[in-house]
Amino acid sequence: MNRLTPQVILVLTLIALAIIAPLGIYPIFLMKGLCFGLFAAAFNLLLGYVGLLSFGHAMFFGFSAYVTAHAAKEWGLTPELAILAGIATAAALGAVTGWLAIRRSGIYFAMVTLAFSQMMYFVAVQAPFTHGEDGIQGVPRGRLFGLIDLNDTIVMYYFVLAVFVASLLLIHRIITSPFGQVLKAIRDNEPRAISLGYQVDRYKLLAFVLSAGLAGLAGSLKALVFQLASLTDVHWHASGEVVLMTLLGGVGTVFGPTVGAFLVVAIQNYLSEVGSWVTIIQGVIFVVCVLLFRSGMIGVMTPWLKRRGITG
Amino acid sequence: MMKRLLLSAAALALSTSMAQAQYSDNKVKIGVLTDLSGTYSDLAGQGSVEAARMAVEDFGGKLNGMPIEIVSADHQNKADIASSIGRKWYENESVDAIFDLVTTAAAVAVREVSREKGKIDINSGAASTVLTNAQCSNTGFHWTYDTYALAVGTGNAVVKQGGDTWFFLTADYAFGHDLQAQTEKVVKANGGKVLGAVRHPFPNSDFSSFLLQAQGSGAKIIGLANAGADTINAIKQAKEFGITQSGQKLAGLLVFLSDVNSLGLETAQNMQLTTGFYWDMDDGTRAFSKKFSERMKGKMPTMVQAGVYSSVMHYLKAAQAAKSDEGIKVADKMRELPIADFFAKNGKIRADGRMVHDMYLAEVKKPAESKGAWDYYKILRTIPGDEAYKPLAESACALVKK
Repeated sequence: MNRLTPQVILVLTLIALAIIAPLGIYPIFLMKGLCFGLFAAAFNLLLGYVGLLSFGHAMFFGFSAYVTAHAAKEWGLTPELAILAGIATAAALGAVTGWLAIRRSGIYFAMVTLAFSQMMYFVAVQAPFTHGEDGIQGVPRGRLFGLIDLNDTIVMYYFVLAVFVASLLLIHRIITSPFGQVLKAIRDNEPRAISLGYQVDRYKLLAFVLSAGLAGLAGSLKALVFQLASLTDVHWHASGEVVLMTLLGGVGTVFGPTVGAFLVVAIQNYLSEVGSWVTIIQGVIFVVCVLLFRSGMIGVMTPWLKRRGITG
Repeated sequence: MMKRLLLSAAALALSTSMAQAQYSDNKVKIGVLTDLSGTYSDLAGQGSVEAARMAVEDFGGKLNGMPIEIVSADHQNKADIASSIGRKWYENESVDAIFDLVTTAAAVAVREVSREKGKIDINSGAASTVLTNAQCSNTGFHWTYDTYALAVGTGNAVVKQGGDTWFFLTADYAFGHDLQAQTEKVVKANGGKVLGAVRHPFPNSDFSSFLLQAQGSGAKIIGLANAGADTINAIKQAKEFGITQSGQKLAGLLVFLSDVNSLGLETAQNMQLTTGFYWDMDDGTRAFSKKFSERMKGKMPTMVQAGVYSSVMHYLKAAQAAKSDEGIKVADKMRELPIADFFAKNGKIRADGRMVHDMYLAEVKKPAESKGAWDYYKILRTIPGDEAYKPLAESACALVKK
């Protein structure tokens, strides 16, 4: 244990960078990047390791944000309980959606998840507790465990960072575990996995629920960071965005989705003041990225890193 | 390529953090947060930004020797974008006050942030009375109009002319709900009846199914509790469906000059509306509007844009008098000073943040009556401020002492 392999050094450096980052970069922007990074990583768990393209992940992200916001604002729950309520909702939604969706694959899987997500969008527009177009505003960040005041932006940042790192470690653990090996086997050759005696559907469903729960965690964090839960997060645009983030960063890599998420969030954040040009600039960057690095930014770097023994 | 991308991303991040270091309180910085690309971009949008610039220029560009800066951004009518831009402006770019804030959902989101940061937000574009009731704040103001004033102005006038049965077509968010509720009250108070209502998504482009429901209701008046491009589309489609020709009347509860311009007098004629400003009222309004239209490719200002000018001007005057840009100090000064400009002749700010000024009931001219471009309104009546706005005694604002 605790051998300082290049991989561990890289991870520790990244964490150290993340710890000092708020000195130079606007913390809310960093937190937004981390939330979307976690969202993309959760999505990648499904796309990159089980080979299932869900086009409805916004429902987990957005609905969990609503539940967390409602729990924190109306029920006065502490942030950790509100987040757990959000995750539970997302995981439950994931169980129902997944149970139906995993019976199909490819485009049909994507369409089933999209259909569910549109239904949940409709619920979000109509249900009284979501307040329709207004969303739930003025969500209190509260005190973590009743002790730590999250209203301080820097404290909130370190909380989000800690949750993010823990979640990424969890994802890393999942994909390197025997369970993760089976998932990859299913992705690469499903009939063979079946013939080896694996209950493929169970594995897929569990992966789906895990992915939904983690996406829910990301949504809950975002609701607390921005003190707001709104329709934007349940809209299918968000489902599309997470696909783009993952593709830009690199499908099936641990850090890729995070890099993609930061790139997309940076474009939206720093270019928002140029008005309608944003979408054009975004479009050009996407086209360039897709043409130049087909396996995503981290995907392109992986062979180079491997040669230096940094990734296994 | 990727290296270069990463580098430029890093440079971007660096440049913003360096910019932060240069700013200090030796500057007064105001932000115009509005819809620059969507449904409301015509009635607020770039025109609001230009109006704010004009106010700063007319003020002299400097405040007690400190330069005045303006930033603007597009909130795309979304609460989350508005909230994050507002937060970024306050925390990272030392913006002292935010103006316009069209769209109630976005306005409420910014109000939350402003209250938390003790900064000033002055609404010109958003309509809902929630801003001076449940969401009122020490440092938040509502300038140009609100749903109560619209309901009192247009609702009263229509019912008195015999339009006593109503069906509402309502934009499905806080503003629409509020406007419908306020108008319903006025209609019922005048002995009218509400036959039904249907909510449409915001923004929306196809109103056919909603209009058919309105037609089926048999109501004499179809009240449009929406705004901007939604109102324009609904009115145009109502004409295509033959609804207006068959005797049902449309009552646009929130109609801006820019909407009338898009609809054309042929379609919009005889429509009655409530407005807080019209360019062709007196020398003061004409002088401002002429200057505005020269800078905005011939467009005349809507009440929202004129309101942005007036509110920026009043903010700067108050900040000068208070010798500070600290939110609460300027807010107190703003309440203290009377408002007397081309926009509001006898304006005053109440405890709940409502700027009370006279409103006008106008009728859209027939094409034959119009003498030239932008000659659209006949002013039928001036509604005194105290009648147009909800009495302070009925306010749900926690700041109002009872």
